[in-house]
Amino acid sequence: MSHSFDDISAQLKGRHRRTKRLKFMSMGALALAATFLVVFIGDMVMRGYPAFQQAELHVPVTYSEQSQEIPLAAVEEDVRDLVSRGWLRQLPRDMAADASLMGQTIDRWVIADDQVDQYLKGHKSHLKPKQTAVLDRMIENGTAELKFNINFFTTGDSKLPEYAGIWSAAMGTILTLLVTLAFAFPVGVLTAVYLEEFAPDNRFTQAIEININNLAAVPSILFGLLGLAIFINFFGMPRSSPLVGGLTLGLMTLPVIIITTRSALRSVPDTIRQAAFGVGCSRWQVVRDHVLPLSLPGILTGSIIGLAQAMGETAPLIIVGMVAFIPDAPTAITQAATVLPAQIFTWAGEPEQAYVERTAAGILVLLSVLILLNAAAVMLRKKFERRW
Amino acid sequence: MQTQQIFLFFIGIVALAGLVAFFSGRSKAQRVRASGAEMYAQPDQYGWFTAISSAGPALLVGLAAVVAIATADIDIEGMQLLIASLVVAAVGLVIGLALVKPDFHARNAIETLIRYVLIGAAMISIVTTFGILVSIIFEAIRFFQMESFWTFITGTTWDPGNSFQMAAGRGEGVESTANFGAVPLFAGTFMITLIAMLVAIPIGLLAAVYMAEFAPESVRTVAKPVLEVLAGIPTVVYGFFAAITVAPLIVDIFSPLGIEASYNNALAPGLVMGIMIIPFISSLSDDVITSVPDTMRQGSLALGMTHGETIRNVILPAALPGIISASLLAMSRALGETMIVVMAAGMRPNLTANPLEDMTTVTVRIVAALTGDQEFASAETLSAFALGLVLFVVTLLLNMVSVVLIRRFREKYSANNL
Amino acid sequence: MNSTVATPAKPAAATRPGSPVVINEDANHELAIRVEDLNLWYGEKQALKNINIDVFQKNVTALIGPSGCGKSTFLRCLNRMNDLIRSVRIEGLVEMDGRDVNARNMDEVALRRRVGMVFQKPNPFPKSIYDNIAYAPTMHDLVSRRADKDDLVESALRDAGLWEEVKDILDQPGTSLSGGQQQRLCIARAIAVKPDVILMDEPTSALDPISTATIEDLMDKLKTQFSIVTVTHNMQQAARVADYTAFFHMGELVEYNDTKTMFSNPNTKKAEDYITGRYG
Repeated sequence: MSHSFDDISAQLKGRHRRTKRLKFMSMGALALAATFLVVFIGDMVMRGYPAFQQAELHVPVTYSEQSQEIPLAAVEEDVRDLVSRGWLRQLPRDMAADASLMGQTIDRWVIADDQVDQYLKGHKSHLKPKQTAVLDRMIENGTAELKFNINFFTTGDSKLPEYAGIWSAAMGTILTLLVTLAFAFPVGVLTAVYLEEFAPDNRFTQAIEININNLAAVPSILFGLLGLAIFINFFGMPRSSPLVGGLTLGLMTLPVIIITTRSALRSVPDTIRQAAFGVGCSRWQVVRDHVLPLSLPGILTGSIIGLAQAMGETAPLIIVGMVAFIPDAPTAITQAATVLPAQIFTWAGEPEQAYVERTAAGILVLLSVLILLNAAAVMLRKKFERRW
Repeated sequence: MQTQQIFLFFIGIVALAGLVAFFSGRSKAQRVRASGAEMYAQPDQYGWFTAISSAGPALLVGLAAVVAIATADIDIEGMQLLIASLVVAAVGLVIGLALVKPDFHARNAIETLIRYVLIGAAMISIVTTFGILVSIIFEAIRFFQMESFWTFITGTTWDPGNSFQMAAGRGEGVESTANFGAVPLFAGTFMITLIAMLVAIPIGLLAAVYMAEFAPESVRTVAKPVLEVLAGIPTVVYGFFAAITVAPLIVDIFSPLGIEASYNNALAPGLVMGIMIIPFISSLSDDVITSVPDTMRQGSLALGMTHGETIRNVILPAALPGIISASLLAMSRALGETMIVVMAAGMRPNLTANPLEDMTTVTVRIVAALTGDQEFASAETLSAFALGLVLFVVTLLLNMVSVVLIRRFREKYSANNL
Repeated sequence: MNSTVATPAKPAAATRPGSPVVINEDANHELAIRVEDLNLWYGEKQALKNINIDVFQKNVTALIGPSGCGKSTFLRCLNRMNDLIRSVRIEGLVEMDGRDVNARNMDEVALRRRVGMVFQKPNPFPKSIYDNIAYAPTMHDLVSRRADKDDLVESALRDAGLWEEVKDILDQPGTSLSGGQQQRLCIARAIAVKPDVILMDEPTSALDPISTATIEDLMDKLKTQFSIVTVTHNMQQAARVADYTAFFHMGELVEYNDTKTMFSNPNTKKAEDYITGRYG
């Protein structure tokens, strides 16, 4: 009846092999997921890092009456179509701002055309052989160089890729997220406090809870439809504005903040509440003086995560018109603005290689900020984590 | 006066009213107390009460004015508003002060108010859902007044045609050529979701099995956050990746085989969406697997079963409701995902079973219908809301089923961490 | 085998450390498991100290002692369930069928097939009653044809005294049964694999008195086929069901004796104090 260990071990051989196979397959799946991440980040870095450099040319610039009229006259003929047209357009304004320039010829670094930029980076360009000959000579002389692209961080969107930057989108993101936070944080925390500390366990409370869970799973684009129909069409708020975008994202972030705040409140043990009730605190005093301070790190962590989510969101903002050509940074929440992911989306639609670079560079900036935000959330949680 | 100036003045009035009321209320309470009367609440609480009774109504006046201006186009002069709020604040102050008496329970009054504020906040989530529903249904009804519901659900041609001109009143004498048969859009959505799930479920589930059952603690502590990074990447970034890297790669892979793939093929967004969804499935499944009670695991091992057999025959079946629930949630994500398909999938409604052709999805058409300068009342614009309604209903159903399943799992194993 | 013929009364002059004082000399005294100088650490903390025990075949051996004394830990050494805890370190010999179960070349899965286990809380699998029992024997290639499986399921359920109650609902989930029935299902599941030894870790502690009595009767019947080692915190239970009783205290085996002697006339003061309820 009973088998010996050796018999059993023999029968087990194949079965152990199957366990091993499962282990390696599952390990492979995890490795595959990690590989995706590496390939993906690698791809973005490879595509994006050239955008942090921009070709500049060291050329003599003649500030004269003539160049005020026709900016092209300011530079020598062979480099006229190599310098950025954006820079040329700016020239008369520079001269108007600084009268002492008039009549001088100054050797200076000038932003180059995006085709020159591509040529210097070793990519395909539409330059003619004559132009590349000039450029080759300049590269040899050291008068054509790739320099750190400060413009990328200080200018808004532009139809000229060499002048296109993320400044206005970054400002738009900040304004939008301020609106989101101003709306979603208080409302979310108050809702969570109500549900966790005050609400009786009745139908109404259950309805709110089910509703919040469902809201968390509603596709984000539907929040865009809500924003369009309610905020813009019904309340008449200005289209494309951080006000509308921020409120839309705020409604979307609300469930995240409510859910994380509730779990933070729940992690405060009941003994604390009982102790506070025991010394005669009212329910509100218990919450205000004991439960909320203890759960604050958890609430902040959840809010940061919710905010990071809102920061990467694009779909609802397309619907409320925040994907637009915005060259100047917005200064008020009622002005037309765009946000970083929307800027990325706009650039992704442009065919020029220079925009592809900028798209990837914008992605790198966005990802860095998101990673910083998430790291801050993790640190906050680690630092204040409390075991009861 | 400028709007901003009015706003600042208004805030100033409210703040001033609050401060004055607070201090006068408190000092009255202190006087009453000093005269030897026993009071129900602390002087500070009486102060807060008067502050609220004075500044609160003033704030409400301002809010009402803003709503009136925005929705009903009523013209309200800035000066009128300021004076009105000042008067209301003064009346509130007088009433509040009159109520400061020893037998008045100021703390209870404040806390009742706080409770109402909290309930009000909780109502916002209900109002939001209601708002989504109403805004979508309302516009969808307008759409179905123009186009038949039946054609929308069963028609196989989606072609907004000249509906734009019709709405703009320039379509007189022209036959409407618009066709709103959404089946090709549903097919495209389904195809891309299917590809995504085919990628995400096996990889996500296996990764969860590894993390929960095999991985040493050190791997686990690294792998979990790494997977969460995948989940935290904005979808617009995935979209760019799908359009610029994956789609050309697929074309390059298939062209030597003599198969011509479209640059807007359905495979690329499907694959990338699958990658995006992996962490949803893996982290939820991981939670579910680790909350299968350990006694279950030990019971199987004690019968002389191998670890692999225990996982396959005991743990995974026990975790199945949770895993299905995770997959349904992930599926609802995939159905509603917008950016990846907008950037990488096609615009052309195409009813095909070949994932290498370009296909379009519900969300792509919603975006297409609502961007660009269009007459809001046109059938094409309104079709976005009809599509949104379908999306809302389907994702809601998936989510409901998922919640029921996970609740059953939780009750069965009393796992409270889910 | 170094089976012991002991002197009937104290002082306990065992021939070898670990062998109990034996009164009933007619009983089966073949060794099922021999434990010699077993030490176990959880990280830095030593949980078992120099344990020596001979477990006899086809007897019920009860392990008693105050909670935290190491009796469950010891039980789990016998089928290497402690392997599942990473920080555990074991020294010493646990011998079965002439093999060291902790040896490198011993397959713990093979060991567990011969040393089954029943747990404190009933833990039926999320499967039908039928599959709960047929699952392991099928995997072990004990049965393959449907008819054989049916026979095996029936005989295991009969042995566990559950057949009459469940024969019409074999396709229902195991979790639909009552607590006592679930525990008997788990016992049926264990005996279907036909092990040599069945370990029971406080098998009745989660059950009502009537189910407890049923399970105690069952243990009495099962010892004709299997060697049973049971942990119990209930001394009356040990007195009722066990042939031999081992008393653990603070990780040490204080006394191992014939059950009758242990409860009427223990050799050690500690065991006497525990049994008479001075502490526990």
